[in-house]
Amino acid sequence: MLQIKSWIGVVGLAALAGTVLASPGHAETLNALFMAQAAYSDNDVRNMTHDFEKANPGTTVNLEFVPYEALFDKIVASKAAGGSGYDVVLYDVIWPAAFARDGVLRDVTDRVKANIDTAKVFDGAWSTSLFDGKYYGLPWILDTKYLFYNTDMLAKAGIATPPKTWDELLADAKIIKDKKIVDYPIVWSWSQAEAVVCDYATITAAHGGTYYNDGKPAFDQGGSLDAVKYMVQSLKDGVSNPNSKEYLEEDVRKVFSAGNAAFALNWTYAYAKANDPAESKIVGKVGVVPAPGVAGHTEASAVNGSMGLGITAGSSHPDLGWKYISFLTSQEVQNKYAQLSLPIWKSSYDDPAVTKGQEPLVAAAKTAISVMSLRPVTPSYQEVSTILQAQIQNALTDKATPDAALAEADKAAARLR
Amino acid sequence: MQRPGSISPWRLLAPMLAIMAAVVGYPVVQTIALAFTDARLLGGLGSAHWVGLDNFIYALTDANFLSATAHTLYFAILSVGFETLFGVLVALLLNEKFRGRTVCRALLVLPWALPTIVNAIMWRLIYQPDFGVLNAVLTQTGVLSGYRGWLGDPDSAMNAVVLADVWKNYPLVALIVLAALQNAPADLYEAARLDGAGAFRRFQVVTWPVIAPPLLVAIVLRSIEALKVFDIVYVMTRGGPASATKTMSFFVYEESFRFLRVGSGASYALIVVLICMVLVTVYMRLLRHGQPA
Repeated sequence: MLQIKSWIGVVGLAALAGTVLASPGHAETLNALFMAQAAYSDNDVRNMTHDFEKANPGTTVNLEFVPYEALFDKIVASKAAGGSGYDVVLYDVIWPAAFARDGVLRDVTDRVKANIDTAKVFDGAWSTSLFDGKYYGLPWILDTKYLFYNTDMLAKAGIATPPKTWDELLADAKIIKDKKIVDYPIVWSWSQAEAVVCDYATITAAHGGTYYNDGKPAFDQGGSLDAVKYMVQSLKDGVSNPNSKEYLEEDVRKVFSAGNAAFALNWTYAYAKANDPAESKIVGKVGVVPAPGVAGHTEASAVNGSMGLGITAGSSHPDLGWKYISFLTSQEVQNKYAQLSLPIWKSSYDDPAVTKGQEPLVAAAKTAISVMSLRPVTPSYQEVSTILQAQIQNALTDKATPDAALAEADKAAARLR
Repeated sequence: MQRPGSISPWRLLAPMLAIMAAVVGYPVVQTIALAFTDARLLGGLGSAHWVGLDNFIYALTDANFLSATAHTLYFAILSVGFETLFGVLVALLLNEKFRGRTVCRALLVLPWALPTIVNAIMWRLIYQPDFGVLNAVLTQTGVLSGYRGWLGDPDSAMNAVVLADVWKNYPLVALIVLAALQNAPADLYEAARLDGAGAFRRFQVVTWPVIAPPLLVAIVLRSIEALKVFDIVYVMTRGGPASATKTMSFFVYEESFRFLRVGSGASYALIVVLICMVLVTVYMRLLRHGQPA
């Protein structure tokens, strides 16, 4: 017995000595949650964090990466479990309304106002943080869906300029299909997931659509209805890859990068990846333009797919958390890692360090960012999105007409509690 | 049964009962209580209000939930049915004496030993529409004229998931039946053969009475698992396409962790439990009636 006791004593002393030795001044540890797909790669985030730790001796940041599909669940589960799980979390532009209602993220309005010249950052980026006049974090990933095209295939088909309207896209795709250059010219992420809502929202915005009429769901009207009709038509015409119905963005990227599609709608990161010889067969043949518009409505269209970094309400290190997210979102860091995700800072888009090697993408971004539109803004966004995903898929798989499916979506959305 | 001087069985069971009460009893009671409130995941229990049967009415008048119930029953009946069929056939086969039988018996356990998530990812790759092996095999053997998306088509998606589930879980049934077969009395087979009974008749009168009770237990276990199915579907299709593979458990998950309404989520969970209980009762009856004399 005595032996065991002294053993414990030794271990305890050793542990104590260990912590004392390892902590010059005050050691602080942050737990941060990121996603493992699109935008900045795991490696980029690790390198940025490493620089942050070097600049702040004694600080350790534990990183956790989860798929986008699990990000929301992780954030709310950690909050529900007591709240001190994560200090810093990456969150999507569609969540602040719900997070504000449930007190998930810390209100950092004072810090933002004291430290940041908000006019230097795009408004579209701020919409990830702003809800009801309060800031719940800092924008980090300024992203939207662009229309990528295979320059080789367009040249072979005799198409001189990429499509400027959605109708032109269908027409061009038809030419490419008829000339048997590729079986299915357009590929989309239309899986029953958030991905399909992003594509639908882009096309809805192009048709000048809105989601609510006097506060009532109006998905079965105007641009929203036109968008779903367009999606269904493109499948019927055989120009959209039928497998789009089970694809997420990564699948779209792989199909496009493998040279199996002439057009793809995807996020910023797809540009650098399609030009990466290790992952792509179409290096140097990648064109990018803003998602098209609709004659009489819009010149171009874009969905706001930005993401922000927030400090959780339960974090016991809000100051260090703020330091960390300020560092990650700083113009200097963002310019350095601009290959997979473009900065939130306006002046970066004219900085050669950022634009070099990706001039077409930056040019497309300048237009797209100025027309970015939001998906339905409501604290019940998760429910609304789930309804839309199901009903859009009903239309895409021919289980219902676009009118009937969207009328059903209205009914379901009106029934929400 | 208790002999004077022996320790009461309740005292022996006490530690286990205490643990059960803590890890099963408490959550069950809380789930039942939550189901009648509008509790929110992040609101804390303090903000919950009693809403009576509202949650249940909302769930049972939700056409999507009702169709998910139908999908779940379809999945459960088909997958448990095939698992039983293949399980029994494979067990009978592995009960025969042949060279390499031990190796085959060892191999049998492999699919069942795989974690469900790994199995789901593996089958997703097999069904992959562009380079999946299933498309390659069927196209190269001339069965299919071209590649197709198995999980992207509402007509085939659920069947594709069922196949993945059957592949993983039939070994459990086979193992249980195989174990039961070890108890089949050899002299009865001998006697049946002398009486001129054919292979099918021998199965009916000698084998079936031996394997029926353990088989029913296996079916009960598998049925409950199948009615609660979530993980394999979540990984393979996330409930799509067009909600064709959305099962009841998706509503429990969505309500609780997506929409943050744990009260409502608890009511969906209880409905799933009730359906399971009805099924178990039916099986128990069968078990009692089918008991060989």
